[in-house]
Amino acid sequence: MSGYSDPGFDTLALHAGASPDPATGARVTPLHLTTSFVFESAEQAASLFNMERAGHVYSRISNPTTAVFEERIAALEGGIGAIATASGQAALHLAITTLAGAGSHIVASSALYGGSHNLLHYTLARFGIQTSFVRPGDLDGWRAAIRPNTKLLFGETLGNPGMDLLDIPQVAAIAHEAGLPLLLDSTLTTPYLLRPFEHGADLVYHSATKFLSGHGTVVGGVLVDSGAFDWQAAHDRHGLFAELCEPYAGFHGMVFSEESTVGAFLLRARREGLRDFGACLSPHSAWLILQGIETLPLRMQRHVQNAQRVAEFLAAQPTVLGVGYPGLATHPDHALAQKLLPRGCGSVFSFDLKGSREQGRVFIEALKIFSHLANVGDCRSLVIHPASTTHSRMDDAALHLAGISAGTIRLSIGLEDADDLIDDLKRALKIASR
Amino acid sequence: MNIQLNGQPVYAYTGGKPFDPALPCIVFIHGAMNDHSVWTLLARWFAHHGWTVLAVDLPGHGRSVSLPLDSVEDLGAWIWQLLDAAGVQQAALVGHSMGSLIALEAAAQAPERASQLFLLATASPMKVSPALLDLARTQPLQAIKMVNGFSFASWAGKPSYPGPGAWMQGGEIALKRRMQKLQTGVNLFEHDFRICDAYAGAMSAAARVKCKSRLILGGLDQMTAPKQARALAEALQSSSVTLDCGHSLMAERPDQLLQAIREALVP
Repeated sequence: MSGYSDPGFDTLALHAGASPDPATGARVTPLHLTTSFVFESAEQAASLFNMERAGHVYSRISNPTTAVFEERIAALEGGIGAIATASGQAALHLAITTLAGAGSHIVASSALYGGSHNLLHYTLARFGIQTSFVRPGDLDGWRAAIRPNTKLLFGETLGNPGMDLLDIPQVAAIAHEAGLPLLLDSTLTTPYLLRPFEHGADLVYHSATKFLSGHGTVVGGVLVDSGAFDWQAAHDRHGLFAELCEPYAGFHGMVFSEESTVGAFLLRARREGLRDFGACLSPHSAWLILQGIETLPLRMQRHVQNAQRVAEFLAAQPTVLGVGYPGLATHPDHALAQKLLPRGCGSVFSFDLKGSREQGRVFIEALKIFSHLANVGDCRSLVIHPASTTHSRMDDAALHLAGISAGTIRLSIGLEDADDLIDDLKRALKIASR
Repeated sequence: MNIQLNGQPVYAYTGGKPFDPALPCIVFIHGAMNDHSVWTLLARWFAHHGWTVLAVDLPGHGRSVSLPLDSVEDLGAWIWQLLDAAGVQQAALVGHSMGSLIALEAAAQAPERASQLFLLATASPMKVSPALLDLARTQPLQAIKMVNGFSFASWAGKPSYPGPGAWMQGGEIALKRRMQKLQTGVNLFEHDFRICDAYAGAMSAAARVKCKSRLILGGLDQMTAPKQARALAEALQSSSVTLDCGHSLMAERPDQLLQAIREALVP
């Protein structure tokens, strides 16, 4: 019984969920660009449809290339499995609609990506799912917002764009006291910097478009289940999650919590949400994301090194009002970051320029290395003005709650030489201050 | 389905079809720190191919809420008590790891009632190292990780269990943690491994078994190495199949395992 140690993160990033292709011996996971898979026999076909055997039928439901991506990210997160989706937004939608329906309620952080806020505040409300927003650090607010029809608590590990760090252990404890799961958007931290399941989160999703892919080439998402949340216990005690614990008419009366003691959520999400809403990931996109994940540990190390240097530079500039990076001692969540993010605080953050909105425009347009576009987590450095772009649909009150002002500028620090990034910012700040 | 037995609730998964004691019956018996959910695919297949299925949660595991029983011998007797309550006279028994010892013991206790015997990832004796038993007693969650590391032979067991996208090692860890958490009366990890370690009746039981038997082993199994089953196979005059996997046959090689059972199973 001696000699065993858990495989490390870097090893899992290269190997988990994959093995040399049995048909060809190909070492790299092959790209299976096919919609469908030939059945061995009529009997096998029926068995696959009836979940008597595992296998691939149709690439909207599963695909061998996509499955490697799903299993790899599940391994990196310390989860039991995952479902790849067409985007991060599709992953959020899949998580919510697996658990909630008309008449349901969600408690969410107010510091969210603008698209997520829009989905919760406007779109899901149209389908009868209401959301209460609370400041991520307001623990009493989280507790007080829970209602009898609440189905989940939701936040971002690092709130976009203010970089509020969610106190995951505390918010998870509040959720679990009420028999509810905690769902987190972990896009900005990636499992390399933070594994939310180790701190009590139950479900995690990523916009794989960002750091997981890492090269700005592909749009995708992925939803991961820890397997730790006891849906049956919540059903028995609180009457919640009939979707997982009572017969499902859409699949032969299957009771997902009986089928899989720890995997009921993923079973239903794949058998209902992925099947019926259809927001699956292309195998081609999954293959590209897999290439990115292989170097995730190396890239994230460089991302956070660069981000720390750039944040420290900006914080020392007289034309900068403040820098919202938890790696700086001045950030309100710095102490929490030391605990939850010992490897670094990500590479996306915002800062506020002194001066007018016009000076902000001049600053952004004066940058040469930073690309002005709507994305984060690229290997190239990026810049955007949230109030007029990503968060433009939020009113002033919601912007304030999210920590965004008219002068807020969001940076995504890439893998270039840090000295060059600092020179670029220095020059643009000078031009903007004229 | 739920059955009351000796005043305690017992859960058995029936493979997505109502239990019908008029059909030939197959009983799946899980291993240490597991429950019925390790058998879902096999249970569904057999339930939809002419069998009635009971994939049990052993006492003190999963939905069978009680204290666990104290020995493999007691658990062997419990299997027949359960089948009595379910109205089943004869059944094929399929057991994995600790469950294989229980199936063997049950077949020995009532040879006329066991129609066939399938012992998966089995060993005789099924000794557990003192170091692991100690770790199980003092740090069960750490012991779970260690056992999990020894239970798989690969990074991927395609097409994955229970289906594509499932990370089999993560699923196994989560299930063991859940079993440990649900059982508040005893340290279930220590309990299960201790009764495996203590069971010395395998060879004597094999001598009393009358039905056909088959051993299905993982060629790369580090928990119950194939050579540890050789004497048992000889004593049972059993056929033997070795799959290209580790200890968790149901997760790593679900299709091959199904084939190995169905080709030998006679209604």
